[in-house]
Amino acid sequence: MATKLETLAAALSAALGEALVHVTTDRGEVTAVVRAKGLGECMRELRDRPELRFDMLIDVCGVDYSTYGDGAWDGARFAAVYHLLSLAHNWRLRVRAFADDDGFPVLPSVVDVWPSANWFEREAFDLYGIVFDGHPDLRRLLTDYGFVGHPFRKDFPLSGHVEMRYDPEQRRVIYQPVSIEPREITPRIIREEKYGDRRG
Amino acid sequence: MIVVAEIRNYTMNFGPQHPAAHGVLRLVLELDGEVIERADPHIGLLHRATEKLAENKTYLQSLPYMDRLDYVSMMCNEHAYCMAVERLLGIDVPERAQYIRVMFDEITRILNHLLWLGAHALDVGAMTPFLYTFREREDLFDVYEAVSGARMHAAYYRPGGVYRDLPDRMPQYQPSRLRNARALERLNENRQGSLLDFIDDFYRRFPKCVDEYEVLLTDNRIWKQRTVGIGVVTPERAIALGFTGPMLRGSGVPWDLRKKQPYAVYDRMRFDIPVGVTGDCYDRYLVRIEEMRQSNRIVGQCVEWLRANPGPVIVDNHKIAPPDRESMKTNMEELIHHFKLFTEGMHVPLGEAYAVVEQPKGEFGVYIISDGANKPYRVKLRAPDYVHLSALDEMSRGHMIADVVAIMGTQDVVFGSIDR
Repeated sequence: MATKLETLAAALSAALGEALVHVTTDRGEVTAVVRAKGLGECMRELRDRPELRFDMLIDVCGVDYSTYGDGAWDGARFAAVYHLLSLAHNWRLRVRAFADDDGFPVLPSVVDVWPSANWFEREAFDLYGIVFDGHPDLRRLLTDYGFVGHPFRKDFPLSGHVEMRYDPEQRRVIYQPVSIEPREITPRIIREEKYGDRRG
Repeated sequence: MIVVAEIRNYTMNFGPQHPAAHGVLRLVLELDGEVIERADPHIGLLHRATEKLAENKTYLQSLPYMDRLDYVSMMCNEHAYCMAVERLLGIDVPERAQYIRVMFDEITRILNHLLWLGAHALDVGAMTPFLYTFREREDLFDVYEAVSGARMHAAYYRPGGVYRDLPDRMPQYQPSRLRNARALERLNENRQGSLLDFIDDFYRRFPKCVDEYEVLLTDNRIWKQRTVGIGVVTPERAIALGFTGPMLRGSGVPWDLRKKQPYAVYDRMRFDIPVGVTGDCYDRYLVRIEEMRQSNRIVGQCVEWLRANPGPVIVDNHKIAPPDRESMKTNMEELIHHFKLFTEGMHVPLGEAYAVVEQPKGEFGVYIISDGANKPYRVKLRAPDYVHLSALDEMSRGHMIADVVAIMGTQDVVFGSIDR
C-alpha cells in the first residue's frame, strides 16, 4: 500500500501535468516546483481537486537564492515558497515557483485563490521586491513609510543604508548615512560532510 | 425643494499610541458616521527583521529571538524553532524533554490566554478580570524563572531537548521589610517542595480561578452586548482567510494541530478540543476559556509522568548540545566540543523543513532553508496573528467604531510576532 505522501505525490503529478517541474519528498515533507507561468491555474487545481483539496494557504515566503551555498547556485535568483494545508486530507504541501527575470522578478498573484495571500504577497514584495501580478493592493507593509530598497535581499547590508536621529539644530528627525561598520562575529562556514566525526 | 446635506466619509487615524491598539498598530479607518467602511491596518512599526538577523547568526544564537516574537507565548515559539532545526538535523528528542516541552507549552498557553483575557476585557471596559488574571500569571512567571532564570524570555528549549532538568527546589520569597513573617509564610506555603510540587499545586487550584473569571464575564450583560454577534466569521470564510487556532475553532472548525498532526507527546495526552458555533467574539471567548481548562488538564498529566520518569533532557550528541560542565573541565575532547559549539555553532545538513506547533494564537510555523552552513540560509516565521490581523478589514466592515476594539481583542494580536 502506498503511503500517504506517495499518494499525494502521485496525485500532484496527475493534477498539475505540464506545469510541474518536479516533486520531491524529503524529511516527510513534499515539495513541488512549478513553473511561474501557470501558477494561478495550478493553485486553483490544488485547491479545488477533490483528491488534493488544499483549502488553506498557510504561508508565502520570498527567497533570494543569490548566495546559496556560497555561490554554488546557478538557477533563478528569486522564488516564492507557498505552504499549503488541506484540512480535509490532513496533509501539507510546499510549492516553489521561481521568478524568471532576476532583475525584475514577477510572479502571478494567488489572492483570488486564497484571500489570505494578500498580506503575504505584500510582505514578499516589500522585503524582496517580487512583484505579484494581479494583486489588488501591492503596497509596502513592514518597512517604514518612504523606505528605499528591499531589505531581505542578500545584497542589502544587515545594518541598512540609513540611520535616523534627532537633530537639535533643525529640530526634527533626520536620516543620514549609517555610521556603524558592518561586522561579522561568527563567520559563515560550510564544512564538508562528516566534519569532525571521529569515525570520519 | 429638498436640500440634501452632502455627507462625506471621513478617515480616522487610530493608534499607534492608543492603549487598545495592543502595541503599535496604526489603523486608518474610513467611516460613514460611526460605521466602518474600510479598515487599513498599518503594521511594521515594531519590525526588527528577525528573519534577516537569524540568517546572520548561528542556529543557537537566534533561538532567544523566538521569545521576542510573540512575547506572550515565548516557549511555544521556541518549540517550533527547535523542531525545525531537529528535523533538519534528523535527531530525536529524549522522552523526558518532550514531556517538559509539552508541559511548558501548555503553561505558556495558559499564560497567553490569561493576558488575552485580561487585556480583551480591559479593552471592552471591564477592569477587574485584568487584576485577577495577572495574579495567576505571576505564579506561572515564577515557574518560568525557576526553570530558566528569566521570567519571560526563557530561551529554555534547545535543539535536541531542553537546557536543563527541572529544579528540585522551588525558589522562595525572602524576608523583607515590606512583609511580616506571617505574610512571608503564606507566600511560601506552596513553595516548600520541588518545582513540580508547585506546578501541581497550581494545577489543583487553577480551575477555581477560571471559574472566577467566568463569574465576572460569561453571563455579564455588558460583556455579552459587546461581544455577541460581533465579528462573525463563517467556517468557509475562516478557512479561506487562513485562520488557525481559536479563531478557526471559534467558527466551528474542529482543527487543532495537537490532535490532527500531533508533535512531541501530545498523542499520549487526554484533552478535548472546544469549538464554537456562531463564530463571533463571544464564541471565541468561550473557546479560549475552555482551552485554559484543557491545558491545565495536560499540565496535570505531564506532572504525573515527570514525577515518575527521570532521564536525560537533551541529546547526547555534543555536535548539537553542549557537554556537561564537569566533563568539559576534565576532558580535552569535551572541551573542544564545547568551544566549537559555542564559537562556530552546529552544522545543519542541506535541506529545508517547515515545523509547526499549535501556539496559543494558532499555527506558528518556522520554515528553515539550510545550505549546510552553521547559519540558516533563510528563516521564515509564520505568525498566526499576522494572518488574523490581515482579516481585520473584512471582520470589521459594517460594524461600529467601538467594535473594532472588540474585534482586535478577539484576534489576540501581539505585535512582536506580527511585525517580526
